[in-house]
Amino acid sequence: MRVTLHSMNAPENPGSSNGLAIRADRVSRHYKMGEALIRAVDEISLNVRQGEFLALLGASGSGKSTLLNLIAGLDRPSSGAIFAQGHDLATMSSEELARHRNKTIGIVFQSFQLLPRMTLEENVELPLRLAEVPRGERPNRVREALERVGLGARVKHRPTELSGGEQQRAVIARALVNQPMILLADEPTGNLDSKTGEGIMNLIAEIHRPPSGPGRTIVMVTHERGLAERYADRIVTLSDGQLSREERLR
Amino acid sequence: MKVRDLTELAARNLREAILRNSLTTLGIAVGVASLVALLSLGVGLQQLVDRSVAHAGLFDTVSVRQRQGVPFGQPGGGGRLPRDASDLQPPRALDEATRREIAALPNVLEVNPEVRFTAEARREPNSQLVLVSGMAQSSQSSGTLDGLIGHFFTTADAEEAIVQGDLAKRLLPEGQAPASLVGQEIVLRFAQRQALPPPSQQSASDAPNQAVGPDEEAMGFSIVPSEKKFLVVGVTPASDSGGGQIGFNSGGLYLPLSVAEKLQVVQGSDLRDVARTSSGEGQRYSALNIRAASPAAVAQIETSVKQMGFAAFSLIDVTRNLRTFFAVFDLFLGIFGSLALAVASMGIVNTLVMAILERRREIGVLKALGAANRDVRQLFFAEAGVMGFAGGVFGVALGWAIGRVIQFGTAIYLKRQGLNSPNIWTVPWWLVLGAIVFAVLVSLASGIYPASRAARLDPVEALRYE
Repeated sequence: MRVTLHSMNAPENPGSSNGLAIRADRVSRHYKMGEALIRAVDEISLNVRQGEFLALLGASGSGKSTLLNLIAGLDRPSSGAIFAQGHDLATMSSEELARHRNKTIGIVFQSFQLLPRMTLEENVELPLRLAEVPRGERPNRVREALERVGLGARVKHRPTELSGGEQQRAVIARALVNQPMILLADEPTGNLDSKTGEGIMNLIAEIHRPPSGPGRTIVMVTHERGLAERYADRIVTLSDGQLSREERLR
Repeated sequence: MKVRDLTELAARNLREAILRNSLTTLGIAVGVASLVALLSLGVGLQQLVDRSVAHAGLFDTVSVRQRQGVPFGQPGGGGRLPRDASDLQPPRALDEATRREIAALPNVLEVNPEVRFTAEARREPNSQLVLVSGMAQSSQSSGTLDGLIGHFFTTADAEEAIVQGDLAKRLLPEGQAPASLVGQEIVLRFAQRQALPPPSQQSASDAPNQAVGPDEEAMGFSIVPSEKKFLVVGVTPASDSGGGQIGFNSGGLYLPLSVAEKLQVVQGSDLRDVARTSSGEGQRYSALNIRAASPAAVAQIETSVKQMGFAAFSLIDVTRNLRTFFAVFDLFLGIFGSLALAVASMGIVNTLVMAILERRREIGVLKALGAANRDVRQLFFAEAGVMGFAGGVFGVALGWAIGRVIQFGTAIYLKRQGLNSPNIWTVPWWLVLGAIVFAVLVSLASGIYPASRAARLDPVEALRYE
């Protein structure tokens, strides 16, 4: 299924720094497990341009999801600095990080992470509630977001009443409802069959390069090289927490 | 997040686990109900006592008596230490001059002598020994004679009597209602005090002795039996129907005070005065009852009277202790009531901790979508607060219902015992509001730990949670 995004454009003023949406500077994330020190991410430096589609490729345990969590502000680096839209995440308070996750970042999870007790419209409304968007504005924005991912007719349905592909579309609608500049996707097709996964990837591709207006910066974690080569502008391969390879495709 | 959104989300979350949250809320409700029920009982009992005492006009009355005993420092004074300077002075006589002196004190409305004596009340063929008491006209509005059948004395000098219901029963033929005594005459037979003339006149004159007037000088008096008829104008309710008077002037039969005074009935103080002095010094009273302008003035009047060298007593002293008792009583009731609420608060902690475990992933999602720690904390607080509020409201209603049942049961029990059933149950508005606020505060306090635990959850860990 292919859904055309007509007006899901990013805001005109990205507020970036030197044209970079994300900049990671010698970022490390180490864990202690008993006596052992796990270097999940080890001194990675990485720049992502504004509007770029970057695929993080790597085997399981290579550190790609950890890096994504650091960019999302869900986790803090052990050392190094990460800048998103010009702001240093390492120096932000937990409140500021929460605001960053709410306004700057949209996250798409592999396992959807919709709240099963809420309807689709309630799920999509959550980021708006957290952003304290006036109640009068919310219904239109929620409906618009769901219509754009082709779920306009399912607003009252609960996630359990939807297929995997539809749930992932709902997650994309929720991720974009606050119009973030950066979309982070962690194995967005990991739980879907290949055909449905292709539909989701086409949707993400259109978010990246909509028919009109500027696109969004996308960082996608995947272990499927084929998908990465087909949709991404650049592929960065991680191995044992370090960058092992970088390929520019477009 | 805005308060309305928080409340909506909290209510939605509570609805999702409706059974568990309802049971927790019910636990709070039971705790609040026990608190309300116990405190309402304490308040009700306190108000019952206050009502009874205030109704009888006892809060604004000071009883004055002559100080007893030998002054400190004189032979027979014992080893007791003096309480105040007045202890060192000889006891003053409670006479007309004293009455006027006391009446001049500030905030004193009236000073009446206490006239009480034992007499035989007769209505053929029955007779009965009875305690007769003089009653001032002001007593009409004091509530002492609540439930009076008939009417109060027509004038201060009317030769009329008000009879207590129990006495009326005994004077009437069996089976007749006490009220039927109203309008009938009864005869009082009592010991009258008659003056003895000075010894010089005593031998020269054969004239009959005259009753001793208040200001007469006399060398002594003789005691003679005397009789007088009185028209019964009122009957007070019998004690078995909740009647029966309490107070400084309680008795089985009441006469207008001035009429009772004029009867010159021998009082206990007469014999004491005869023993104390060789010559009469005019009318002396066994006791004086002061009516104060307000209960607030009682303490000051009491102090002034004591400084004048008399013993003074008011029920303010007793009720002060009574109030202390009820304060402690209410405190204990409150503590016992709160115990149930404390147990219920453990239920809140348990429910919310369970909710954290169940909603771990949801908390992770909320944080990923931009919820700050504060938002998550507030959400759990709101859930605790909603449970506390609902439990508080329901608990107050439940407590009120329990109270009604207790009141109803008590009424049935007292009725079976042949007693009146006073209202022992009061739920004041401050208790309703206080109980709800207390329930919310306890619930919020119970939510502190779960809320901060939820707020501290690592979103990455929480999202990984299956």
